Amino acid sequence: MEIFNHNANVNFLGMRKISVGIAILLMAVSFGLIAIKGLNYGLDFTGGVSLVVDYENPVTTAEVQEALEKGGIEHSLVASLGGTREVSVRFQPTAVMKDEAGKINLDKVSAVTTGVLKASRPDVSIKSRDYVSSTVGDELRSDGIMAALVVMLGIGLYLGIRFEWRFAVAAIVTELHDALITVGVFALVQREFDLTVLASVLAVIGYSINDKVVVFDRVRELFRLARKAEPEEILNRSINNTLSRTIITALFTAITMAALYFFGGPVVHGFAITMLIGILVGTLSSIFVASPILLWLGVSKQDLMPKTKENPELARRP
Amino acid sequence: MSDFPRWKYALVAIVLVLGIVYALPNVFLPVPAVQITANRNGTVDQALEQKVSDALKKANVASTGIEIKGDHLLASFANADVQKSAADAIKASLGDDYTVAFNLKSTVPNWLSAIGAKSMPLGLDLQGGVHFLMQVDQNDVIDKQETRYADDIRSLLREKNIRYESVTRASQRGQGVLVVLKSNEDRVAAATFIGTEYPDLSVQDGNATGDRYPLNATVRPDKLRELSLNTIRQNLGTLRNRINALGVSEPIIQQQGDSRIVVELAGVQDTAEAKKLIGATATLEYRAGYGTPQQAIEAQRSGIVPPDARLYKGREGQPYLLSKNIIVTGDQLVDASSTFDQQSGSPAVSVTLNSAGAKKMLDFTTGNVGKPMGVVYVERVVETKIVDGKEVRTPKITEEVINYATINGVFGKNFQTTGLRSPKEASELALLLKGGSLAAPIDIVEERVIGPSLGQDNIEKGLHAVMIGLALVLLAAALYYKLFGLVADVALFFNLVILVAVMSAVGVTLTMPGIAGIVLTLGMAIDANVLICERVREELRNGSTPLAAIRAGYDKAWATILDANVTHLIAALALTTMGSGPIKGFGITLLIGILTSMFTSVTVTHAITALIHGHRKLKTLSV
Repeated sequence: MEIFNHNANVNFLGMRKISVGIAILLMAVSFGLIAIKGLNYGLDFTGGVSLVVDYENPVTTAEVQEALEKGGIEHSLVASLGGTREVSVRFQPTAVMKDEAGKINLDKVSAVTTGVLKASRPDVSIKSRDYVSSTVGDELRSDGIMAALVVMLGIGLYLGIRFEWRFAVAAIVTELHDALITVGVFALVQREFDLTVLASVLAVIGYSINDKVVVFDRVRELFRLARKAEPEEILNRSINNTLSRTIITALFTAITMAALYFFGGPVVHGFAITMLIGILVGTLSSIFVASPILLWLGVSKQDLMPKTKENPELARRP
Repeated sequence: MSDFPRWKYALVAIVLVLGIVYALPNVFLPVPAVQITANRNGTVDQALEQKVSDALKKANVASTGIEIKGDHLLASFANADVQKSAADAIKASLGDDYTVAFNLKSTVPNWLSAIGAKSMPLGLDLQGGVHFLMQVDQNDVIDKQETRYADDIRSLLREKNIRYESVTRASQRGQGVLVVLKSNEDRVAAATFIGTEYPDLSVQDGNATGDRYPLNATVRPDKLRELSLNTIRQNLGTLRNRINALGVSEPIIQQQGDSRIVVELAGVQDTAEAKKLIGATATLEYRAGYGTPQQAIEAQRSGIVPPDARLYKGREGQPYLLSKNIIVTGDQLVDASSTFDQQSGSPAVSVTLNSAGAKKMLDFTTGNVGKPMGVVYVERVVETKIVDGKEVRTPKITEEVINYATINGVFGKNFQTTGLRSPKEASELALLLKGGSLAAPIDIVEERVIGPSLGQDNIEKGLHAVMIGLALVLLAAALYYKLFGLVADVALFFNLVILVAVMSAVGVTLTMPGIAGIVLTLGMAIDANVLICERVREELRNGSTPLAAIRAGYDKAWATILDANVTHLIAALALTTMGSGPIKGFGITLLIGILTSMFTSVTVTHAITALIHGHRKLKTLSV
């Protein structure tokens, strides 16, 4: 079975102005969204409030979660406290729970929450309430940015040594593109951005680079083989040659992430969604963005020929 | 079969067998259990086993097995609810002589455990438990340090006969010690003495007014930093000691940032119990020895203790008589480290006292060379009991002689405690001395309890996702690449097995993000096979013979696979080193997954392919 015609020779590079234009536009929009709308940081980053809720009769965590959502308290974390009648609930306080100065008012928090929970079950009472600190989030956030930077630096260094600096630049630029747009989508739909999502954004970088390297590898190979190396033609052939692999792998990975989304439970929803977005963006940028950058950077056959080791012994001979 | 050497077949076979064996323990799910550990006065024996089983019978709780495992007793139960009521019943019948804690009992067969195979420990999100985030009070460290230097400087000036007006801590924390002297000559002399005696202090003259010549001694920043790091380390050690006493399986005690400690106790549901232990305070007392060992034994036997002495027990339960007067307590201890005695070469612990402690020690040892001295470890634990429906908190103090040795010279601030059996014991004692009390107070900033029921749900969903994801990819690969796809499927399955085996052997704690990492790994592991299959197809299209196509396919794809995976590995490595919770777990899984998938999707598939196609003359390939 073959989905793609192996003789296909789509002129991807021919549409580079349009494709890269779209990519830049998307990056700008993502950047704008993140700057203006911001990310809907989850409890991991912002902290919030934590309540211990008692029921007179047994209750399930799903039941509590549903009741909270009905009352407009979203993204709550509900966990059972050992028994069946006591649960801990953590969430970010909504606007009604804050006083005029915008500070969280614990009395209001419990009043509102009691109201919301009583609406579906009258046998409920709030046992204790507390702030969950947010300072942890700052550290984690800076850790995340650090990690992303280290990833890019490391990958750039490897590609610089194994390939050539132009490939490292193209890879890092497209990585940034993929990560930025993935995060941009989160800013757009205001989905909760928590620690697992951050992990998956970093995983998207990993996936995306994997995808690009396969194309780059073919570029190097074809340049070395070709007698007459027209960069644009070589790049086009490389994309076409690896196209079926690019898409099949994206599909296979997407299948597993879809399975994770549908069957993995709410804890990994964020992860699976992010990966799905990332796989789509990464695949498209492998095809449409990475190679035009290489072309503009002026990749050539000479740069990619295997370096013959200079022998100092030989050099010294007359 | 020339394509594929014999040794590689052997390697593949060995790795596969090892993978299966070491992944196997995960099939045996652990059962909820209650662990009973003896405190000072209790022993774990047949009688205890009988007592526990009677208590359970009386409370009408069915146990699935009670057995003695090393130094503790483990009673297992059908589910977490039974486990809870069992723990209550056992606690009630055993009293304070035993620590009763929740645990999990492994059901892994002995032959597997014997070869070191174990199942993956489950994380908090999969098993339930408590999570504490603790903040170490670094201000307290500075306070203590500056107070100590103020004391030290005061005694130094007295010792050198320099007249001073006052030695106080500066009004602001971190500004060091303010010394006010009577004349400029005194100030110069004081600055010199302080500078040579305490190289960790930097000394600066202040503005002189009238006959007040101020001198400001501040602790050097690098020293302060070292101190705060030591404080954290010391607190980590203390917590580790204490949590080990709780008998929790796989506790996570780690530093986070500069001043935080994360403690995660999987399987523990009782926060009060955990908090009690974490918040307990311990200290040390140095006391003069009293009488002869015979007298101590006699006192223990008869119960008659001399009026100015107290009877203590040692670590092995041996009796000691010590004076009622305390020479120095652990509050006056500044530092402890393991070392070797310069004269005898025997292991020793070097202890540093503050000036007040040093003076007392000097006074005492001057008159008591050749006499014994004992070091008593004192632990204070607050116990909470429900009496008439009210919480009653009672402090419980346990004392133990950890060292009893002869004073071999006069000493003050720095001295060694010798008479230790081994360097290991010395380092343990040093750790205990340092770890006995918290170096700085700890506040619990965040406390989370995760119920086991939620964990069970997570495990089931995670397993579902892994299985369905795997099944779909297996199906898709087989459909798209036919026989080569099937071979890839076998390799992918083994990849899962080996991944689980490595994670188990390394002891990676499995968390929900870890499961997500496994699923992602499976999705991406197939990439190598896609690369190979596409290459083989290309070679066939270019007119190669089937065998040549296979060879070229593997050869050419390998370079790409290597580059792609190494870059991916760099990304995973960064995730791993980030070191915070879910991201780390995910990163480690990814890291191991990339390595195992490189092996299975290239070497294993090549072995199978060579086995299938190697002997035959082929006209076509099923790819």
